[in-house]
Amino acid sequence: MRYLTARKRAEGKGASGTGTEHFWHMKVSGVGLALIVPIYLFVFGRALGGSRQEVIDTFAHPFVAILTGLVLFVGLRHFQNGAQTMIEDYSKGTTRRALIIAVTALCYGLTATGLFALAKIAL
Amino acid sequence: MADTKPVERPLSPHLQVYRPQLTSVTSILTRITGNGLIVAVLLMVWWLLAASTSDAYFAVADAVVTSWFGDLIFTLSLWAIWYHYLAGLRHLYFDAGKGMDIPTAEKLGWGLIVGSVVLTLITLLLV
Repeated sequence: MRYLTARKRAEGKGASGTGTEHFWHMKVSGVGLALIVPIYLFVFGRALGGSRQEVIDTFAHPFVAILTGLVLFVGLRHFQNGAQTMIEDYSKGTTRRALIIAVTALCYGLTATGLFALAKIAL
Repeated sequence: MADTKPVERPLSPHLQVYRPQLTSVTSILTRITGNGLIVAVLLMVWWLLAASTSDAYFAVADAVVTSWFGDLIFTLSLWAIWYHYLAGLRHLYFDAGKGMDIPTAEKLGWGLIVGSVVLTLITLLLV
C-alpha cells in the first residue's frame, strides 16, 4: 500500500489514467508525418505501375527504404491511436476492448509485414 | 467509493440532435479520411510484400493495385491523405488556441476542402 492521497493519485491524469499522453503522441507523430508523407507520396506514386525490377530498384535505395520504413511505422502508430479514439467514441464494454485489440494487432502486423518486405528488397 | 454503477451516457457525436455545419462536417471528414486510409496501406503493404517475394506473386498484386479498382482506391486515398494532412495542420493551429472564432473556423474549413482538391490534382499531375 502506497501512502498516496486520492488527489495525488489522480492529479494530472484525468479520466483516461494516462493524462495527455495520447493527445501528445498524436501531435508528435502528426508533425513527424507532416514532414515525410509529402515526399513519400511522390516516391510511391512514381513507383506504382512500374515493373517488379523498377519497384525493387526504387525501394532498395537507402533514402527510400528508410523513408518508407518511417512512414509505415509512425503512420501505423498514428493510425492505431486515431482508430482507438474512434472506437472509444462509438462502442463500449467488450466490443470496445475487442476492437481496440484487433486494431492494435492489425497495425503491428502490417508494420512487421511492411518492414519485412522492405528488408528483403533493400538488403 | 460510493455508488460505482455505470451511468448510461449517450455516445458522441449525437448526430440525431446536431445540425450539420461546415465545421462539424469537416471535423467528421477528418476522422473518415484518417481511418479510411488503412485500405490504401493494406494494398500498399501487400504490393510491397509481393514485390519482395516473386515475379508471379508481384504480377497478381500489381494487377489488383493497377486495376480500375486500385486506381479508384489510391486516387480517393490521395485526396484523403491531403485532406487529413491539412486537417491535422488545422488541429495544430486550433490546439494553439487560435482560429476558434466562427468566421476564421469557417474559412479554415473551406481551406481544407479546396486545398485538399488542389493538392490532389497537383500530385496527380506531377506523379
